[in-house]
Amino acid sequence: MGTTRIMQALRSPVGIVASAGIVAVIVLAIAGPLIWSGDASRLDILHASQGSSSAHWLGTDALGRDILYRVLVGTRLSVVLAVLAAALGAAIGIPLGAVPSLFGGRIGRLVTGFINLAVAFPALLVAIFVASVIGVGAHGAVVGIAVAIAPYFARLSQTLSSSVADAEYLAAARMLGVRRIRLLTRHVLPNIAEPLLITSTIAIGDALLSLAGLSFLGLGVQPPQYDWGRMLSEGLNRIYVNPEVALGPAVAITVGALTFALFGEVLAKAAGAGGARRWLRREVAELPLVAPAAACEGGDVLAVEGLTVSFPGGAVPVRDVSLRVAPGEIVGIVGESGSGKTLTAMAISDLLPAAAHVSATRLCLFGEDARSLLPARRRRLLGRSLAVVYQDPMSALNPALRVGRQVGEVSEVHHGASKRDAATRAVERLHAVRIGNADARARQYPHEFSGGMRQRAVIAMGLMAEPKLIVADEPTTALDVTVQQQILRLLRDVSVSRSAAAILISHDVAVVSQLCARVVVMYAGRVVEELDVETLVASPAHPYTAALVASVPTMESDRERPLASIPGRAPTPYDDVQGCPFAPRCPRASEICRSQMPPLEPRSPMHRAACWHPLPADADILDEVVT
Amino acid sequence: MTAAPLSLGRQRNWWAVHTRTAYLFRRTSRLLVSLVLLLTATFFMIHLVPGDPVRAALGTTAPKSLVDARRAALGLDKPLVTQYVDYIRHILHGNFGTSLVSGERVSNVIQERGPSTFRLAGIAFLVTIGIAVPLGLLMAALTRDSKRRPLELGFTATAGVIAAVPSFLTAVALVYAFAVKIPWFPVAGQGGVSSYVLPIASLAVGPIAALSRIVRVEGLRVLEQDYIRTARGKRLPARIIYVRHALPNTLTPTLTIAGLLVGGLVAGTVLVENIFAWPGLGTSLVAAVAQKDFSTVQAIAVIFGAVVLLANFAVDVALGAIDPRSTILDA
Repeated sequence: MGTTRIMQALRSPVGIVASAGIVAVIVLAIAGPLIWSGDASRLDILHASQGSSSAHWLGTDALGRDILYRVLVGTRLSVVLAVLAAALGAAIGIPLGAVPSLFGGRIGRLVTGFINLAVAFPALLVAIFVASVIGVGAHGAVVGIAVAIAPYFARLSQTLSSSVADAEYLAAARMLGVRRIRLLTRHVLPNIAEPLLITSTIAIGDALLSLAGLSFLGLGVQPPQYDWGRMLSEGLNRIYVNPEVALGPAVAITVGALTFALFGEVLAKAAGAGGARRWLRREVAELPLVAPAAACEGGDVLAVEGLTVSFPGGAVPVRDVSLRVAPGEIVGIVGESGSGKTLTAMAISDLLPAAAHVSATRLCLFGEDARSLLPARRRRLLGRSLAVVYQDPMSALNPALRVGRQVGEVSEVHHGASKRDAATRAVERLHAVRIGNADARARQYPHEFSGGMRQRAVIAMGLMAEPKLIVADEPTTALDVTVQQQILRLLRDVSVSRSAAAILISHDVAVVSQLCARVVVMYAGRVVEELDVETLVASPAHPYTAALVASVPTMESDRERPLASIPGRAPTPYDDVQGCPFAPRCPRASEICRSQMPPLEPRSPMHRAACWHPLPADADILDEVVT
Repeated sequence: MTAAPLSLGRQRNWWAVHTRTAYLFRRTSRLLVSLVLLLTATFFMIHLVPGDPVRAALGTTAPKSLVDARRAALGLDKPLVTQYVDYIRHILHGNFGTSLVSGERVSNVIQERGPSTFRLAGIAFLVTIGIAVPLGLLMAALTRDSKRRPLELGFTATAGVIAAVPSFLTAVALVYAFAVKIPWFPVAGQGGVSSYVLPIASLAVGPIAALSRIVRVEGLRVLEQDYIRTARGKRLPARIIYVRHALPNTLTPTLTIAGLLVGGLVAGTVLVENIFAWPGLGTSLVAAVAQKDFSTVQAIAVIFGAVVLLANFAVDVALGAIDPRSTILDA
């Protein structure tokens, strides 16, 4: 980690607290006994075993010694022993952990197995057992804790050195015949020093706690020496009479241990994250839950006007989109990735993440104003009438639940079916989407399904209700070419047999023109053209649409000509484009295109385009776009 | 990659069953090796004691005849290999030898005091899981999509501090608050239900804080998955989305961490029992260490070690059983 990054981390509020704490603990450990050891050992039998008073803030012990001074003086022994234990633990563990990557083979495996076993044991127990062998007292406790901590250091240095061991410079050094010990000191250790340092800091905090625990049990520091743990156990005996005498040592242990832990975490964050996480502020106001109901007559299953989706941070990936879908109609939405098609579909389906802000001048679903519906009513309406098919069937199904259950639960929730009826219905629907042996398949988990079968299962899920609209978001993109055709055919059959309307989203003009009667072309979050499929193929008006169509190879493509591609990049959702967003990439662009956004103008009853210089109806689109 | 024929499916099932068996076999052999290592390590413990452990235990004033008799009773005068074989054989028969200090059978101590220790640790474990998992999931639900920043910061900071406070400090604080200041619970001893409250709370508070933080992070990860969007797309009620769709997917990491917690809980009982004067193995252990009663220390080390190993084994087996993808089976 760079020094600057550490400095940066230390200058954060938490970093300042942690470093100030560390400095205070170190200063206290050095200076405490020098300044107060006289006060701490002064006997005052007359005032023995007292509670807090103005002379003795934290009370006195059985010999009348002041507990506050003793806590301050006890800092040194507590901290020094903890540092010793951590250092000894590191000295045992680090070389041990480096053994597997240095030696490999049987010895390496044996050591790895031993480390894995040792890590599983609770540190405090190991420390107690080792301390009992060495002998009760401070040195026994230090060695015990060191042995207990060592496996953690070993595990860390093992992971780190094995990643370093694979590095090329080590292979080179080995080839040059560098001795093993030199390999360790020169090549392995420097590269793993940083995480080990962080671990050591945290280990000191742990050792401090363990030592306090051992002393507390009477197995650590022995009288006349004293540390925080021993003072805590003396205080506990008097907790009925003077509870405050336990307070000082308890606070000292907690603050001391937390300081080291916090400091280690600050260092780790500086090393790991590489700078503070940037908090995303929520700048956009919440959408009012209930808007005045707009007129939603007209019989369309979907009628959207002025749909805009924005995210905190200023991204507006969907701008002023309008869309109508009549009952039974299949409408396509095409555009490059990033053009806002998926977000449009998810906004309509009310499936955007909570951070997204959706606004629309009109949002009618199934003849009702979706914005004015109460949540429960909206859930019911969408749950029964809207089916969604997702882009990636691999991740769309829950890996922990059986497929039949995932399909069937729709009936349980929205139709009040019993678990058994829902299961029967799920099998029927799986059969309807042509999954063979549906009965057995329903009892399997998603990972036992192929990609195409999972997508069928997702479609079956949508068919559990009586969908009036199916939103299919790139349903075939993640699938094999041979399966794509089957899924598309299935979607069309389902739409026809249940007279459900559908929105098919794809980046592929060929896919859309196969299934849809009407197509909406999106670019940079806007609708740039809306037309029927015949016009799309024969004479689109927008140069972008023409370029999209031209980039699809067909059987009639002239093999001598290069396949059309669109030069340049689309503006990002953060860009606030003045004129036509396609202007920078458009061969027909003029001054007005760069300064003014063209409106979506009707060209014929079925055809609208947003372009200042639309292509003439008889143009050869390849000539127009290939330069 | 169309529908795989089901005959193939059945074959895959056969394999699945056998991977499971193979995994169980591997995991069991690892447990056995670990147990042998544990027994070996504890056997040598008594031999690593500097000087004469029997003399150390009985004190310098004890007559030589008594020391020799005790040494003979423990079999410490036999060859090392014989001692080792006897040690293993005796433990397999549930015979943990005799106390160096009192001469009493150690297995009596374990039978008498073991149950109350493991009852304490077991209840604390269940309480930890029962509180930490719903709490972590609730926090994940409340703070998803960067919502309620102050709540998130408050929760992670508080839980972080609480998780760092060791059980013996928690115990002291709880005794002060709920036994001294407000005398709701007894300050020490084992009695009715109320005597369990403070020891279990002392043991569980830290692990609850640690585990609920992990469950929250894990929950946030799960709630971002596509299959949760699918569940929302089915317009399921929030309760079903969290409990049926999110919860099972957080189980694997939760159980893994819970397995590690068992070790910590067993260790925590040693301190907590001493604070609450609980008649368990922890108080016996501390007394035995202080009295240099090495054979009792040895026996308790075996018991605690075996419990930790068995708990980890149980967690791994459970993971292999509940995870439908069984990624762990290849481990």
